[in-house]
Amino acid sequence: MGISMTTAAANHVRGYLENRGKGLGVRLGVRTSGCSGMAYVLEFADELEPEDQVFESLGVKVIVDPKSLLYLDGTELDYTREGLNEGFKFNNPNVKDACGCGESFNI
Amino acid sequence: MALLQIAEPGRSAAPHQHRLAAGIDLGTTNSLIATVRSGRPETLPDGEGRHLLPSVVRYAEEGLVVGHAAKAAAAEDPLNTLASAKRLIGRGIEEVRGLGTRLPYEFVRTDTAVPRIRTRAGDISPVEVSAEILRALAQRAEVALGGDLTGVVITVPAYFDEPQRQATKDAARLAGLKVLRLLNEPTAAAVAYGLDREADGIHAVFDLGGGTFDISILRLRRGVFEVLATGGDSALGGDDMDLLLAEWIMFQAGIGDEADHHILRGLMRDACDAKERLTDQDRAPLRIALPDGRHWAGVIDRNTFDDLIDPLISRAIAACRRALRDAGLKVEEVKDVVMVGGATRVPRVRARVEHFFGMTPLVDLDPDRVVALGAALQADVLAGNKPDSDMLLLDVIPLSLGLETMGGLVERIVPRNTPIPVARAQEFTTFKDGQTAMALHILQGERDLVAHCRSLARFELRGFPPMVAGAARIRVTFEVDADGLLNVSAVEQTSGVQARVEVKPSHGLTDGEIESMLRESLTHSSEDMEARRLREQRVEAQRTVEALRAALSKDGDALLSAEERRRIDQALAELELRLAGEDEASLKAAMENLDRTCGFYVERRMNRSIQSAMAGHKVEEFQS
Repeated sequence: MGISMTTAAANHVRGYLENRGKGLGVRLGVRTSGCSGMAYVLEFADELEPEDQVFESLGVKVIVDPKSLLYLDGTELDYTREGLNEGFKFNNPNVKDACGCGESFNI
Repeated sequence: MALLQIAEPGRSAAPHQHRLAAGIDLGTTNSLIATVRSGRPETLPDGEGRHLLPSVVRYAEEGLVVGHAAKAAAAEDPLNTLASAKRLIGRGIEEVRGLGTRLPYEFVRTDTAVPRIRTRAGDISPVEVSAEILRALAQRAEVALGGDLTGVVITVPAYFDEPQRQATKDAARLAGLKVLRLLNEPTAAAVAYGLDREADGIHAVFDLGGGTFDISILRLRRGVFEVLATGGDSALGGDDMDLLLAEWIMFQAGIGDEADHHILRGLMRDACDAKERLTDQDRAPLRIALPDGRHWAGVIDRNTFDDLIDPLISRAIAACRRALRDAGLKVEEVKDVVMVGGATRVPRVRARVEHFFGMTPLVDLDPDRVVALGAALQADVLAGNKPDSDMLLLDVIPLSLGLETMGGLVERIVPRNTPIPVARAQEFTTFKDGQTAMALHILQGERDLVAHCRSLARFELRGFPPMVAGAARIRVTFEVDADGLLNVSAVEQTSGVQARVEVKPSHGLTDGEIESMLRESLTHSSEDMEARRLREQRVEAQRTVEALRAALSKDGDALLSAEERRRIDQALAELELRLAGEDEASLKAAMENLDRTCGFYVERRMNRSIQSAMAGHKVEEFQS
């Protein structure tokens, strides 16, 4: 399955990376915290760990550590606009329930 | 779900704990708010896609209106529509009167120094007007970012003094915002271009807005921008170009000065449109409504426009030359020129700036937004969204730090606005013969007398060898670290005896105290000068009395006749009497009188000591 990106997400990541001037790609992950179990991590990736899994989606590298991949497999990263707010969104098929805002979730 | 932004490695925020920060360009005419999303700064639009918020607040019958709607109503409801609050903020009512700008507002007499404007919603201060603008911008950001702002960076002109900065902070507090830092506008523009990450050097920021022109000369040294000089013209900007062009059109179209307001306002709009069109075209067509209902059609080409505005640009260039001279720099020493303000889009302006500085100015970023973008970058760092290694240290000491010297005077060691961390040292000496200890009193403030400054700490340096007055060399070092923690140490250089004390200077004063102290230092400056003169005169007189007493007890009886001794004692008593008084002139006179009276005595003592030094030696020994 792996991780994929929508065209909008890929275009934005590419643009942000260019603007930043460095970085291998974008790192997706999960970590424990928050009000309902797990939280997403979305960061620029400057270094690759030996165990990292790398997916290429529309010319952009998506880097995930194996532990996070258990929770993220099949996720599509999207970029959307909601009113004035805009940003990235995880469409994660593994999520059973999330807190009200969706920032943390359970599997 | 909440939308996410890409964070720097290891900087992902915990859920619901995003450190949302924004930069605000609080302008005289327009204001902007910007934030950093996924590492990139961008200005935030309102619901209708407009980025600029006119800095206008209207106290309408139906409630408060901020921005475009308020600006539109300015003509019909001038007394309740407040614009250009930035020109008034942090100024006393007397200063506001002296500004020379014609402001259509009704100022209210109050007991305080702060001017208030009468509106239908009550008497409003410029701080409150600015707070409303900040509140409107913050709301926009909170909707756009989906959360509360952790803090903001607000930009202010480099020439803003402490009361104006303080008032800007007060406005933010009133709007419920936490100010991470106030940033100088030219510094923000330089940060937006990433100049802070480049090698040390001199940068010029050329800011030609709608109504004002500012030139700032900055020096980047170890990541800190210092403002070396500022200059400009508070009545020079893009609006003046519009006016000149409108006058040209009137002349060409045969419109007289008696044309009504409606026609003139339309003309200004047409002129502005033509100016903007000439930015990327060589010619602009004109179609002007005449008072008699007919239309006049014409064309203005770039050359004609350039000739019209050249005198205006020359004024700006002259201000640049003056600023460089104030900074003691030559034009070749400038590394970059950053262009700020909408009017810098005019090609002729760019060409003249390029010619003067001998380099292509930086114009890649939108000149209307560049200041807000730089502020957003700074806010992002200060809110903790960047690794610590990227942390900029741009904090300054808000009020001067100094030491008490004889006579209750304050000797300034670290002047205000010095960037921290900093270390400054100065040498002091002893006042009395045989003195073996010294009390050090650390003070903060801008006034000259100890009594008017804030006492921070006292400590003593003890146990250095006795010497004659003025021979000891005591080096006092003030060190302020990045958190504003002050360390003061004193070392007697010949013996190496030392002592130190640690104080927290900037935290000891509340913002309000800092403000009132600064205000006092400005209003009492001449009083302070007189008090300083008197104190200095007193110290001098005390020293003379001290020395004369010591001399008299040693050899007064041997060198003076009873009559001579009586005259000296009398002059001495006279001086001591004046010492207790407050009159500087009579103290000075008594000093001079004593000098005259005992001149012969000093001479005799000198001869005697030379004689005793030479006794028993041959003349040849002194001839080498």
